[in-house]
Amino acid sequence: MTVPKEMPEKWARAGAPHSWSRKKPSWGTEEERRARANDREYNEKFQYASNCIKTSKYNILTFLPVNLFEQFQEVANTYFLFLLILQLIPQISSLSWFTTIVPLVLVLTITAVKDATDDYFRHKSDNQVNNRQSQVLINGVLQQEQWMNVCVGDIIKLENNQFVAADLLLLSSSEPHGLCYIETAELDGETNMKVRQAIPVTSELGDISKLAKFDGEVICEPPNNKLDKFSGTLYWKENKFPLSNQNMLLRGCVLRNTEWCFGLVIFAGPDTKLMQNSGRTKFKRTSIDRLMNTLVLWIFGFLVCMGVILAIGNAIWEHEVGTRFQVYLPWDEAVDSAFFSGFLSFWSYIIILNTVVPISLYVSVEVIRLGHSYFINWDKKMFCMKKRTPAEARTTTLNEELGQVEYIFSDKTGTLTQNIMVFNKCSIHGRSYGDVFDVLGHKAELGERPEPVDFSFNPLADKKFLFWDPSLLEAVKMGDHHTHEFFRLLSLCHTVMSEEKNEGELYYKAQSPDEGALVTAARNFGFVFRSRTPKTITVHELGTAITYQLLAILDFNNIRKRMSVIVRNPEGKIRLYCKGADTILLERLHHSTQELLNTTTDHLNEYAGEGLRTLVLAYKDLDEEYYEEWAERRLQASLAQDSREDRLASVYEEVESDMMLLGATAIEDKLQQGVPETIALLTLANIKIWVLTGDKQETAVNIGYSCKMLTDDMTEVFIVTGHTVLEVREELRKAREKMMDSSRTVGNGFTYQEKLSSKLASVLDAVAGEYALVINGHSLAHALEADMELEFLETACACKAVICCRVTPLQKAQVVELVKKYKKAVTLAIGDGANDVSMIKTAHIGVGISGQEGIQAVLASDYSFSQFKFLQRLLLVHGRWSYLRMCKFLCYFFYKNFAFTMVHFWFGFFCGFSAQTVYDQYFITLYNIVYTSLPVLAMGVFDQDVPEQRSMEYPKLYEPGQLNLLFNKREFFICIAQGIYTSVLMFFIPYGVFAEATRDDGTQLADYQSFAVTVATSLVIVVSVQIGLDTGYWTAINHFFIWGSLAVYFAILFAMHSNGLFDMFPNQFRFVGNAQNTLAQPTVWLTIVLTTVVCIMPVVAFRFLRLHLKPDLSDTVRYTQLVRKKQKAQHRCMRRVGRTGSRRSGYAFSHQEGFGELIMSGKNMRVSSLALSSFTTRSSSSWIESLRRKKSDSASSPSGGADKPLKG
Amino acid sequence: MTWSATARGAHQPDNTAFTQQRLPAWQPLLSASIALPLFFCAGLAFIGLGLGLYYSSNGIKELEYDYTGDLGTSNCSVCAAAGQGRAPPPRCSCAWYFSLPELFQGPVYLYYELTNFYQNYRRYGVSRDDEQLSGLPSALRHPANECAPYQLSAAGLPIAPCGAIANSLFNDSFSLWHQRRAGGPYVEVPLDRTGIAWWTDYHVKFRNPPLVNGSLALAFQGTAPPPNWHRPVYELSTDPNNTGFINQDFVVWMRTAALPTFRKLYARIRQGNYSAGLPRGAYRVNITYNYPVRAFGGHKRIIFSSISWMGGKNPFLGIAYLVVGSLCILMGFVMLVVYIRYQDQNDEDEE
Repeated sequence: MTVPKEMPEKWARAGAPHSWSRKKPSWGTEEERRARANDREYNEKFQYASNCIKTSKYNILTFLPVNLFEQFQEVANTYFLFLLILQLIPQISSLSWFTTIVPLVLVLTITAVKDATDDYFRHKSDNQVNNRQSQVLINGVLQQEQWMNVCVGDIIKLENNQFVAADLLLLSSSEPHGLCYIETAELDGETNMKVRQAIPVTSELGDISKLAKFDGEVICEPPNNKLDKFSGTLYWKENKFPLSNQNMLLRGCVLRNTEWCFGLVIFAGPDTKLMQNSGRTKFKRTSIDRLMNTLVLWIFGFLVCMGVILAIGNAIWEHEVGTRFQVYLPWDEAVDSAFFSGFLSFWSYIIILNTVVPISLYVSVEVIRLGHSYFINWDKKMFCMKKRTPAEARTTTLNEELGQVEYIFSDKTGTLTQNIMVFNKCSIHGRSYGDVFDVLGHKAELGERPEPVDFSFNPLADKKFLFWDPSLLEAVKMGDHHTHEFFRLLSLCHTVMSEEKNEGELYYKAQSPDEGALVTAARNFGFVFRSRTPKTITVHELGTAITYQLLAILDFNNIRKRMSVIVRNPEGKIRLYCKGADTILLERLHHSTQELLNTTTDHLNEYAGEGLRTLVLAYKDLDEEYYEEWAERRLQASLAQDSREDRLASVYEEVESDMMLLGATAIEDKLQQGVPETIALLTLANIKIWVLTGDKQETAVNIGYSCKMLTDDMTEVFIVTGHTVLEVREELRKAREKMMDSSRTVGNGFTYQEKLSSKLASVLDAVAGEYALVINGHSLAHALEADMELEFLETACACKAVICCRVTPLQKAQVVELVKKYKKAVTLAIGDGANDVSMIKTAHIGVGISGQEGIQAVLASDYSFSQFKFLQRLLLVHGRWSYLRMCKFLCYFFYKNFAFTMVHFWFGFFCGFSAQTVYDQYFITLYNIVYTSLPVLAMGVFDQDVPEQRSMEYPKLYEPGQLNLLFNKREFFICIAQGIYTSVLMFFIPYGVFAEATRDDGTQLADYQSFAVTVATSLVIVVSVQIGLDTGYWTAINHFFIWGSLAVYFAILFAMHSNGLFDMFPNQFRFVGNAQNTLAQPTVWLTIVLTTVVCIMPVVAFRFLRLHLKPDLSDTVRYTQLVRKKQKAQHRCMRRVGRTGSRRSGYAFSHQEGFGELIMSGKNMRVSSLALSSFTTRSSSSWIESLRRKKSDSASSPSGGADKPLKG
Repeated sequence: MTWSATARGAHQPDNTAFTQQRLPAWQPLLSASIALPLFFCAGLAFIGLGLGLYYSSNGIKELEYDYTGDLGTSNCSVCAAAGQGRAPPPRCSCAWYFSLPELFQGPVYLYYELTNFYQNYRRYGVSRDDEQLSGLPSALRHPANECAPYQLSAAGLPIAPCGAIANSLFNDSFSLWHQRRAGGPYVEVPLDRTGIAWWTDYHVKFRNPPLVNGSLALAFQGTAPPPNWHRPVYELSTDPNNTGFINQDFVVWMRTAALPTFRKLYARIRQGNYSAGLPRGAYRVNITYNYPVRAFGGHKRIIFSSISWMGGKNPFLGIAYLVVGSLCILMGFVMLVVYIRYQDQNDEDEE
């Protein structure tokens, strides 16, 4: 299938549409939509939205007000605005207004620039989409128009592989009966093709002249977001024609295998179903974010407490001292009592103490996360060369949570597996082919394969097909009867469609990749399926074209687990070919094949042991009379009104008996690279992996084994398949009992139920042995009910591996939600398809596998990359580092601000609680944004405790994140305590020194300005030394920032205290000459040194003792690495062990039923190839009818819709 | 925050040390070889410094006298009682007699100390106009609002210098008399009242407004002195280099103190026979008692002190250094013990 090399439009960009440039219809909410073809004037009066889409939020004029309005919706920004207003009140203002406005403006600017950049790219992508060309029928002529100029009611022409420009009513197409094929990958992620059909009356409007005269009017539902529903009516020539979703082409689809088609625009631009679906995504927050918000609230509480204490202090002081001190300092006019003065003082203190929660905290956190996101994007080791796809952090706010993941929910198909099926081995008449032997005849190991088999004899061979066992080809060439029959079966018994663009250039369109693999294998071994009509199949058998008459397709379904075809060969012999699941088929064989059956069973076990998907092939000769009689019964059954399905099934069952065994195929469901290793490593990192797949149980279990989630060493694998609540409950209970039994100690007086109710979790946590749980979709539906979900969760969590199969997208999300709700653990969901979107959106972190055809999952995801194996790097390296860095950053940040701010509190006791600041106002302004921001940012962005290889070698290093050890309330209080300790010393040491001291020239030392400079300088030095201690990875950048910050501090200090600035603004730069006078004093430096040492030494001692008495794993790893470099770290080697189990693998079907019918009806055949076939309109419409009925059946039955299996 | 930095088919990321987070880096580890020497060295250095500081601080002599005059403790109590009310009090003087048995090693500095005086009170601290004090004529006429209620006089004239700080200028004055022999005459000891302010304050921060017709008085015409002052600012001293805003007493006062107890330099004794210090003998300090402090429970002291390389008497620093140094050494030993035991344990583990 050729995909146009066009960039997929980022339609449903997460969080895209905020405000549509949408003109509401004049009567308000639209109740129904009317659109008349070729009548722009008529349609214009409804003022429908144009096809111009707008995902951008601002334009040049609205940017400033709208952006500011949005930004001030943030609590933090409003809080700082409030502070700013407080500062403008002269009685309260304890700080100049610029101490708040400078950081605030800085923050607002940074955010605004980022928003503007985002919006610029949105504008660009909008323009790109809006300016796409499309052919519109205007005044009877086809004209090129930009997409944005397409209006409701226009008729537009689409060509093959073009994107559909708007939601269209299909009028006619190049294909017979107005059929056309579309791919909906952009819409729902499903890559298989879907059929749409025009209603018969319009399907004849093939040429432009007829279309130009078409003046039908469509009345339909208003715009909505239901992708699979549409109801409307076409009024044309006095007639009414019902319209359904079958007639619609939705924006975002791609036209495939259809030369051209015409459509009438019904919904345009923002009204299209695609755009209606792209809602604002839920904003995810990390647990650190939530913790941070709690802590910030606590700090506010603390701030208010301090304010109250100081205000009370002020009231008392004013009452006791201030009243009498009025000789020198009268109260303000407005202040008439000590109480009122205390009240004002409260607000003044709120202003000066607000730096405990500086605005720069939020900005810095964002900057750090952005840096980490870039590191993810830049990571070469997460770049997929094959698909040229880099990893992408689509959300920049979740990085540190990657270091805390405890549960991974993974999709199977496309995520763990490549969804590529490879014909790997086969067993034909008791002989197994496909093992690779080296020259000496030993079984070759993987990786040292000899040359693949040469298929050059066959001009129709598929070049991409590789097979390593030459003996099979020899058998074919030797004319081995069984081998020929084996491949004949493969080339006949399937529902694949072929397309031959040029002579010999065959393309197979298979519903399931398994079938494609089998038919391709037959093709290469000389049995080339060439073409089919509803009644015939043409196969090139070793160069000769043979046409078989296709009598019946006994289609696959999930109960039958097999499919058969009945064909008449040119000689007139009728034969039934059947392929199906071994468990089913082996029971239906003729008893004469017992010996062959045994050998084949052995082979099957062997294949299953290697994790291959197996199918058994059999045939049966039918004589003419029997067939006629059977065909009659089948016809009766198919015409039956009631229980048609059952009757057909029994008719099928009758003929598929006593078959002769031909052999078995083994298909490798190719795992993505490095999946078992990744899973093993993540398991070692104590991450639990659950596989949630829409696939069948057999396949899922099979994959579980091949990716080492399930092993034969496991004590037991519980399989829950109950259909009723009671069954499921019983099965879960049994599983728990087994786990309990193994770990039960003697003399346990409690009954099981008591334990379950009392402390289920803790009991099950202590389970010994390894267990796994496999649960089916329908059982899961019961297990997820409110009264059982806890039982299920605890059982599942006690297991090492959990596989849920046949689950619906909704159930996937429910399982994630369940774990999120009760386990309080960080969850990560990874998937590639549209069916994973709900799970990806639900989980704390959603990861999309990119580089696939569908991009729905990627669009919904927070991170995307193209290989499952990159997950280990994302979590163990990037996630771990991000978490570590963020925690260190936060600890330090709170520390430095408490150290900075609390000094004011202590000073309050010595300045009459007057809200006098200890520092110069410029220092207060710049402390957080200049003097101390960059070193901690550098640490937050670059710090590493152990090199990346080590975090892979020691997965246990990941555990502190899961247990949330590095930043929690306890750590926070330690930081705060350290900050307060520092602030106490920072104030009282200079106090002690300065109280009575004089300078070396005899003048006063303890003047306010010198005191301020001394405290500020020691503060900057202490926090710089502290960041130096905290920085574990001193890159040049760290050096630059740390030394640079100190240098900048002194530079700014001297500049601010210089004569020049004072001469210009004497009232703003009052500290003139202070720096040089103060810092020239030995006493001042002695004070600074003393303060620094007293603040830092305990920290050093504490860290040293912890390193030696109770080292962390990361400390040990670093220690080992640095101190004893000689000792090589133990390398964990992952052996690739083949499974030697006895489990029978799944069968290789994954398509849904209904395709056989489509083929037999001939509806999807081109007219040319149908020349010989005897199809009638009636039969074709019956096909459509039945398909439609089936759809509506499955939709209306309550469980049917939900349990509809989806691509894993 | 959602953004798309990359698109499909993008280029391979750059293989640089920066993008791949492989920047060369120094990864210090708090190993024993760093931490232990650090503690011992720091400890020793601190003890050494501490001893030095302690002895030099001990070598400094201080002589102080509380002349507030509470409850008749001194002969200033008369003045104190007289000045109980609001400023300005009546002129009153008292004296402090002391004798030195030996030479008071010079240079000797004379300080006054105030306690419980909140120069660091926020509203007090901002109640000044540095533009005015730096001699800007416009600010002289229009003092800043911060000066209120000492911005404009009752007559509506701008106050120069404005503000609460200037208004509360310390206006006691001292003179020192020396009696060489018992019964002999008291000789006035010359007090150097210049050079008591910072160079930058005296030269940069404080400047008189431009003279009008060569007269400072005319420059200040149209302004009123602060309400507490007896004389206008241009008459603070007769020395043209020490009057107006650049009067050194005024400059010193305007450099507000950080703490409610503070001492400010009044004069230096370094002239004539007294350059080496105050010789033995009897002394008398004449105090002109103007400044009321008892209203708010403050005290006034007069202090004679010598200084060393590290300034005046400062026992705190020396003791603090000694304590911290000892703690460092102690901590070092604890760490050493832990380290050795850990090492043993580690070796056992390895064997």
